Amino acid sequence: MSKLITVSPSPHIHSGQSVEKLMYGVVIAMMPAMLVSFYFFGLGAIYVTLLSVASCVGFEYLIQKFILKQKPSITDGSAIVTGILLAFNLPSSLPPFIIIVGALLAIGVGKMTFGGLGNNPFNPALVGRVFLLLSFPTRMTKYPLAEGFNTPLLIPTNDNLDAVTGATPLGLVKEGLKNGESITSIFQHNGINYTDFFMGSIGGSLGEIAAFALIIGLVYMLIKKIITWHIPVSIVATIAVFTGILWGFNPESYADPLFHILTGGVLLGAIFMATDYVTSPMNPKGQIYYGIGIGVITVVIRVFGVYPEGVSFAILIMNGFTPLINRYVKPRRFGKIS
Amino acid sequence: MGGVHPPENKLSTKSNITELPVPKAVIIPLGQHLGVPAKPLVNKGDDVKVGQLIAASEGFVSANIHSSVSGKVLKIDKALDSSGYTRDAIFINVEGDEWEDSIDRSPEIKKEISLSGAEITKKLAEAGIVGLGGATFPSHVKASVPKGKKAEYLIINGVECEPYLTADHMIMLEKPEELLVGIEIIKKALGVSAAIIGIENNKPDAIEKLSDIAGSYSGTTIQALKVQYPQGGEKQLIQAILKREVPSGGLPIDIGAVVFNVGTVYAIYEAIQKNKPLFERVVTVTGKSISKPSNFKVRLGTQVSELIEAAGGLPEDTGKIINGGPMMGKSLASTEIPVVKGSSGILIIKDEESKRKEIKPCIRCSKCVSVCPMGLEPFLLGVLGEKSMFARLEEEKVMDCIECGSCSFTCPSGRPLLDFIRFGKSNVGRIIRSRKQS
Repeated sequence: MSKLITVSPSPHIHSGQSVEKLMYGVVIAMMPAMLVSFYFFGLGAIYVTLLSVASCVGFEYLIQKFILKQKPSITDGSAIVTGILLAFNLPSSLPPFIIIVGALLAIGVGKMTFGGLGNNPFNPALVGRVFLLLSFPTRMTKYPLAEGFNTPLLIPTNDNLDAVTGATPLGLVKEGLKNGESITSIFQHNGINYTDFFMGSIGGSLGEIAAFALIIGLVYMLIKKIITWHIPVSIVATIAVFTGILWGFNPESYADPLFHILTGGVLLGAIFMATDYVTSPMNPKGQIYYGIGIGVITVVIRVFGVYPEGVSFAILIMNGFTPLINRYVKPRRFGKIS
Repeated sequence: MGGVHPPENKLSTKSNITELPVPKAVIIPLGQHLGVPAKPLVNKGDDVKVGQLIAASEGFVSANIHSSVSGKVLKIDKALDSSGYTRDAIFINVEGDEWEDSIDRSPEIKKEISLSGAEITKKLAEAGIVGLGGATFPSHVKASVPKGKKAEYLIINGVECEPYLTADHMIMLEKPEELLVGIEIIKKALGVSAAIIGIENNKPDAIEKLSDIAGSYSGTTIQALKVQYPQGGEKQLIQAILKREVPSGGLPIDIGAVVFNVGTVYAIYEAIQKNKPLFERVVTVTGKSISKPSNFKVRLGTQVSELIEAAGGLPEDTGKIINGGPMMGKSLASTEIPVVKGSSGILIIKDEESKRKEIKPCIRCSKCVSVCPMGLEPFLLGVLGEKSMFARLEEEKVMDCIECGSCSFTCPSGRPLLDFIRFGKSNVGRIIRSRKQS
C-alpha cells in the first residue's frame, strides 16, 4: 500500500448528529410562536426579535474574538437560540438599549463568563430577562396591546405607558385578588377568555401568548428527538396538580389549573427554556425531579409571592440545583445488584 | 434499554459463502482467544497436516490451535496481528492440501449425537473452539457450568447487529440443519432442554428458514427481535429474550443463561459430528467501495490482503481497513495481518468517511446517557477518564461498559467518549487487579 490509512479506535462511524442540527432544530421549533408574535405585535415584534438575535450573536462574536481570543463559534446556532428566547421573554416595542443590555447580560454574563457553550450553569436568556425585570420593572411588565401591524414599532420610555399597554391575564388576576375581588368577577370584568390564551390574542411577552404555537414546537422537537417529554410534562403536570388542589379548596380565591398552564409563560418555559440542554439534568429521572421543582416553585411564587408569573425564577432556581441532581440522581444501571 | 440505529449497510447478503483458495503461506498466531496464549508443539521444519494440533492450550481458560493447511513449519516468530502488536505465531509454508484422516469430509448431515455431555465439553477443548462472535471466549469453559450454578436456557445469538457484517446471516441461511444439530449438542453438554435463537427482524429469510425446520427439534424456538444496536451484546440479548439482567460484575450463568453465537454453533457441530477442529471460519469482506462484497470461508492464518483481493481488490480511495464491524471492530495498520478465530469481517471504509468529526464542547444534551445500553453516563465517564479520576470512575460503574460505542456514535459534539472511557477502564481494571493481589 502506497498511501497512509487511518488507524483509530472504534466506533468508526458517526450518527451525523451535530450541535448545529440540534440548535437549528430548536430555531425551527420556535418559528410558529415567532410568527404568532409577528401577527399580534407587528413590526414591534419583528424589531425586538431581530435586535435581540443580532445583539446576542454580536456579543458572542466580539467576546470570543477580542476578549477570549478564541475562534468565534457563532455558526453553531446557540447564540441565535438565546437571542430568540430572550426576545420571547420581552414585551414588544421595547426601547433598543434595554434589549442590548439584556443581550449583553445573557451572552456576556450568562454564558461567556462561564466558558461559553456547554459551561453555563444558568439559562442565558433567563439571566438576561431576569436582570431586565429587576432593572426595568415597569417597562418589563407593561405589554403593548396586540393590534397587529398597528402596534407601534417602538414605545419610548417617557411616553404615557398606560395608554398604549395592558397587563397580562395573570397580572390582572393578581391585582384583582389583592383588591378583594373573586375569580369569577375578575374574569368577567376583564373579559378573560380561554380561547384567547390558546390562540394568542392576550397581553404578554412575545413568545408566551399562543399555546397552540408553542405546542406545535414541542411536537416538532419530540418527533425530531431534540428533547424528550420528561421536563415539559413534569412541569405542566406539577402545576396542574398543585393549582388544582388550591382551586379545589376555593375556586373563588385561586384560578383553575388550565388558566395557570396557559398563561404567564408556563408553556414557553416548560417547552423551550427549562429544556435547555446545558442547564437541565442529564437523565430522565433527574429531569422529572427538576420539572417537579420548577412546577412547585412557579406556583408558590404565583400564589404566595409578589410576582404574578414566576416561571423564570423557578427555572433559574432549579438550574442551580442541576449539578446536585446530576451528582445524586443516577440512571437505572443495568444489572444493578440491589 | 438504550441503543442506536446505525445504517445497516448489509451489502453482502446476496453473496453465498464461497471457499477461498488455500493460500501459499499462513501465519497462525498463538493467542487467538481470550486467555493464555497456546504453547507451540511443532518446530521449524516439521511437516504438518490440515487439522493437526500445532499449539496446546495453557490452562483452563486457553484454547488449542490447529494447522489450517498442510506443509512445512517455516519458523515460530513474532507477527503483527489485528491488535496492532506483534505476537508469537507459527509460520507455515503450504504444500498441497492434506487433511488429517480423522476428519469426516463427507457432505451429509449427521444428526445423531453419540457423545455424552462431559465428552462433548472435552472435545470442544480439544478442537480449540472459541466464541466466533468476536470475544473468542473458549467454548469448553462456557459449556462447563460451575458448581452451584444451573443453566436453564441456551440462547443462540443470530442477531449480528453490527452494520455491514453478514457471516452469521449466511450461516443461518446455508447451514440451518447443522445449526439445529449443533444446538442439540450444546443443550446436551449444558443439560438444558430449552434453547432460543434470537434473530433481528431485518433477516426475515433466516427467521423463516430456521422456523421451518426447528419444529422437529423439541425445545428449540426462534425469537424475532426488533432491530437495535447493540442487541447482539451478550447481556443485551439475554435481556431482550429472557427479560433478565446479568448482575453487574456477574456472568450470564448467574441468571441461568448461556449464550453461543451462530458461527460458534456451526463450528461446534463440525467439531463434534465431523471431528473437525476449528481451523477455518466465515469472514465477510465488505464496504461501499468494494466491488464484490463477499462471504468467504477462510483458512485461519490467511492474510487479510488475500481476502480483499478476492473481493475485487483494495479500492484507491480507501481510508480505513477494519477487522470486524464499524461499531466495535479494530482498524488495521496493514493488510498483512492473518485472519484469526475472532475475525468476523473485513470492512473497507472510504477516505472521506474515515475521518472523525471536529470535537466541540459537550452541550450536555444527554443523548449519550439515553443510548447507553448499560445505564451509564458516558459524558461523565469520559470527563473522569480524561482527568484520570479512577476512584470516581469505579464508583460510576465504568467496568460495566461493554464498549459498544453507541455514545461516541451519537454524540453531536463528536466527543471521543469511548476513547476516554477505555483509558479509564484499563486503569480501573489494573487497580482492581492489584487490590485483589494484595
